[in-house]
Amino acid sequence: MNSLTHAKKGTGDTLKWVLLIAGCWLMLLMMNMIPPKDSVFYLSNFNLNTAGKYMAYAILALGIDLLWGYTGILSLGQGIFFGLGAYCMGMHLMLSIGGEGAYQSDLPDFMVWNQVTELPFFWKPFSSFGFSMLAVMLVPALFALIFGFLTFRSRIKGVYFSIITQALALTVWLLFNQNSMNLGGTNGLTDFKKILNFPLSEVATQRALFVMTGICLVLAFVLCRWITRSRLGKVLIAIRDNEGRIRFSGYSASRYKLFVFVISAALAGLAGALYVPQVGIITPGQIGVLPSIEMIVWVAVGGRGTLIGAVLGAVGVNWARSFLTSNYPDLWLYFLGVLFIGVVLYFPKGMWEISGKIKSLVMHRGKKTPLTKERFT
Amino acid sequence: MNGSILYVEGVTVSFDGFKALHDLNFVMAPGELRVVIGPNGAGKTTLLDVICGKVKPTLGRVVFEQYTDLLPLHEDAISNLGIGRKFQAPTVYTSLTVFENLELSLKRKKGVFSALFNRLTVNQQEKIHDTLDTIGLFEKQHDIAGLLSHGEKQWLEIGMVMMQEPKVMLVDEPVAGMTDHETEKTGALLEKISKERSVLVIEHDMAFVRQIAQKVTVLHEGTVLFEGTVDEVQNHEKVKEVYLGRGDH
Repeated sequence: MNSLTHAKKGTGDTLKWVLLIAGCWLMLLMMNMIPPKDSVFYLSNFNLNTAGKYMAYAILALGIDLLWGYTGILSLGQGIFFGLGAYCMGMHLMLSIGGEGAYQSDLPDFMVWNQVTELPFFWKPFSSFGFSMLAVMLVPALFALIFGFLTFRSRIKGVYFSIITQALALTVWLLFNQNSMNLGGTNGLTDFKKILNFPLSEVATQRALFVMTGICLVLAFVLCRWITRSRLGKVLIAIRDNEGRIRFSGYSASRYKLFVFVISAALAGLAGALYVPQVGIITPGQIGVLPSIEMIVWVAVGGRGTLIGAVLGAVGVNWARSFLTSNYPDLWLYFLGVLFIGVVLYFPKGMWEISGKIKSLVMHRGKKTPLTKERFT
Repeated sequence: MNGSILYVEGVTVSFDGFKALHDLNFVMAPGELRVVIGPNGAGKTTLLDVICGKVKPTLGRVVFEQYTDLLPLHEDAISNLGIGRKFQAPTVYTSLTVFENLELSLKRKKGVFSALFNRLTVNQQEKIHDTLDTIGLFEKQHDIAGLLSHGEKQWLEIGMVMMQEPKVMLVDEPVAGMTDHETEKTGALLEKISKERSVLVIEHDMAFVRQIAQKVTVLHEGTVLFEGTVDEVQNHEKVKEVYLGRGDH
């Protein structure tokens, strides 16, 4: 009976968060479409676009939270999966340009520049929209499946796993930088013109992309919520608590870790694919070691082990970044450093913990927060 | 090997040249409650590690229920065959509740996708409630396991192993660090459990051994020194010399 009431409460919580996310998303959209341009409530097209970018990041943060917050696996290579999804999308968008590029060739401009005469074989399937949409999630998932299978099977874990993923991020970054990879080298992929024949420069297209990103974020949130509330979610927490023990309860820890690694890679890929048409460019600089670490910071700041914390962390840190880099450009890196150290020292469970503390302060008038289940679900 | 539930033959385990187990032979019959004693470093815990797959021996054979060779199997596969392990230091999942700890240990399909889709049946919930009753933690079922006392954690872990409905339960020093009252309670619990399954207990506490033991195996330097009843063990010259006669028990 007790577990039944728990389940009901959980479903209510899910609804609450979904409404919160969807509400913010709709409000931003309305603020862009309804008020006159001189109103204080008006959100410019540029800012709507930026908000869309943050929501794409939030999808990626959900994956990191599943992997790190729930299962205790710290991957410093999530940028790779983000990049794979982004490049799959970017390749499709490059091919959609057709002959409208600077050189009026069917080939992407950078290939003409590099004197490539024929479209490389791995580019060809990306002229199909359907294939590209599958690829943005399946390519990173497959990559994670192979890499995860090899590492988890050999029981590489903890800091060793983190180091290997970081080395992998560096390797991928180096590879993507090479012109011989035919992926645009250091300049990456850019100059996109249209998606499904809708011009990317038009406000309506950008609004549609914003709506799509919001839908994807809500779906990703519901998926993660469903995973964490199932028995599988409890196994993930058990792996975080005591990986050695879970095998003696009859669970193959490696398979569970592989599953959650693949899911987080697919979410990162989806995030990358939504990012590219809204930002208009993807370069190796956006997917390497440093961005991968920054992604970890979003989740650490927002709150590990609470999905909504990861979403708020990704949006909040990136908003702060935009605000500070445009207003106080010198301060941003100091701010990020202080924020990260401060959170680790004083709020190890992230900023989300603060809201819990305030809530319990109000409700229990200063009694100590009881350590309950909600903290982890 | 005939009729045995556990059959360990000629097992040698060496860590960097040090032989933790040396040509060890050990047989257990179904339904038996066996206590293994021995001085520190005799290889008691290593024996359990070998049986449940945590440590792979360099030589020897380990056979479960006469036909299943355990050596090629991973820990989770061995656990699902019906061998449950209770560790020396209580190891429970500290951020899950008592109920969830038992729920995870419940005997059922343990694959990724069944964990995603299967929900608890009423029958399974009752099983968990029964076990909560048995280990005396019914009132605390929604508490976070990390906040339990040492003794309660030990009982919870025994409960977790019970949920697996193992055919053989391996229990490593269940009463270490317990009060006399808790020790007695644990003894009664183990006796109750042993009525339905084979139990292999490692213990140092001779008073406790006397309370529960039918047959005792004495390990010394990685091999079996003697096997017999508690009285036989306590009167055996060699055992006294290496272990009991030191005056610390």
